Amino acid sequence: MTEQERRVKAEQRERFDFAVIANWIPPGERVLDLGCGDGRLLRYLSDTRDVSGYGVEIDQESVLWCIRNGVDVIQMDIECGLSGFEDRSFDHVIISQALQTMHATEGILTEMLRVAEEAVVSFPNFAYRSNREAIAAGHMPVSEDLPYDWFDTPNVRFFTIADFEQLCARLDIDIRERLAFDEVGREVSIDPNLNGSLAFYRLGRRS
Amino acid sequence: MSSENSVGVVAPQRAHFNEPLTLKSGARLPGFELVFETYGTLNAEHANAVLVCHALSGSHHVAGTYADDPESIGWWDNLVGPGKPLDTRKFFVVGVNNLGGCYGSTGPLSINPDTGKRFGADFPLVTVEDWVAAQARLADHLGIRTWAAVIGGSLGGMQAIEWSVQLPDRIRHAMVIASAPKLSAQNIAFNEVARQAIISDPDFHGGYYADHGVVPTTGLRLARMVGHITYLSDSQMAEKFGRQLRHGEHKFSYDVDFEIESYLRYQGNKFAGYFDANTYLMMTKALDYFDPAYGYEGQLAAALARARASFFVASFSTDWRFAPARSREIVFALLHNRLHVVYAEIECDAGHDSFLLADPHYHDLLRAYLENIAV
Repeated sequence: MTEQERRVKAEQRERFDFAVIANWIPPGERVLDLGCGDGRLLRYLSDTRDVSGYGVEIDQESVLWCIRNGVDVIQMDIECGLSGFEDRSFDHVIISQALQTMHATEGILTEMLRVAEEAVVSFPNFAYRSNREAIAAGHMPVSEDLPYDWFDTPNVRFFTIADFEQLCARLDIDIRERLAFDEVGREVSIDPNLNGSLAFYRLGRRS
Repeated sequence: MSSENSVGVVAPQRAHFNEPLTLKSGARLPGFELVFETYGTLNAEHANAVLVCHALSGSHHVAGTYADDPESIGWWDNLVGPGKPLDTRKFFVVGVNNLGGCYGSTGPLSINPDTGKRFGADFPLVTVEDWVAAQARLADHLGIRTWAAVIGGSLGGMQAIEWSVQLPDRIRHAMVIASAPKLSAQNIAFNEVARQAIISDPDFHGGYYADHGVVPTTGLRLARMVGHITYLSDSQMAEKFGRQLRHGEHKFSYDVDFEIESYLRYQGNKFAGYFDANTYLMMTKALDYFDPAYGYEGQLAAALARARASFFVASFSTDWRFAPARSREIVFALLHNRLHVVYAEIECDAGHDSFLLADPHYHDLLRAYLENIAV
């Protein structure tokens, strides 16, 4: 694949991810995007769903790009929690393919459902068929959704759809909707833990 | 000093205001004058004006140099100029010496028309609120209905906050850098040491030193030395001075042993040579009193409910005078009010004074934000 093709493909995937998330965000909502990167998702949501919102980001270059992109951004480390953000001050809080890069998984999930009515979480499923095959062949997986070599990956938590749902049960988190997609973006309904490369969840508080 | 992208030679201007101004303290100024400078051109819509607010010891001389004194470069010259982050090709930039200042605006050094002598201690205490009220008169005078932005660091940032609540429809963007929503007990404590240094100087004469033909140099020097310590970071001081000895050995005396002592004495002496003691006292009081939440049971979010501006808030990692946590207080109060806000926590070694430096990332942030402001 040429660099150009790679970029086009990455952009297509990104638009696909954004569209999946946007589908769960009713127009005009208040949204908080954790690990918002350069603010592109928020920009997309404000352009297509007329949401208002803030991004949270730790990386200084990403913060600069948020400003350039005209996105409201707060530079802070979400590993330390979301203190300062008021209870239920957002309709949706999003963490798009960033949960696996953080240590404080439980803390963040709990905090997300404190500050917002619902959470949208997406992450790569480590139990996806080709990932299992890579491990079976003796190597850490590198794929569309896990595009890093083991020695330079930003990911620090390696978990599966089954693991995540177990944690949600333990934290009393209500799974309101789940979508899984394979590497080429086809929706998966049969055995998503085996056939899903990327998972999206809409989460709420139980009770 | 590089003259590249400089606004070049500038000249201060003076505006006189005949309408009386009632101050927050209840005192009344029958009229007053403000000294100011402008850079760039006010556009036809009058929509590109930016007010630069100075901190404790700053002035209206923000950028450029004076024809008769090429060494007198403005205090924020690295920020303001053609092609600089606050680009004078786009913006009309205004710098003003605040009321009570000692650089030409009406203040303790001015002649009291009632006595024919300098005001000295008779000049009323002015507050951040009073400064903004006076700046609004200047805006009227210049035909500026609404500022595209009001920007300041430290005490200057407090003025930007005050603009956003006192005159919410006259400011579109508030840029609050290395600032705080109010002083902490520790901040006030440092200010009080500085004040006591001045007040206890035998040459202070209760603030009427001008009548005695002296200035409380010793006190002012000490005040500046204490202040200066709080502007720098421990790590930067260690790097710059460490335990370096002036004479290469311990002298077993109270003369300068360590380089840091020499540096503080130099800074103190320099400052005492040009700054007015009464103005310094008053500025520190203005800092101490600033607390927009005071009338709102300490709730900053309630105090900022009137604000309509979009905010740029920035802090510096090694600033312990107004630490990042103080800026976050502002940010979360703005969030509560659903206002637009951008907040950056900048890695910089230079402590509180970082806001005056040209750290590349810091300036990139300012440039990016300012470029998106519509004029």
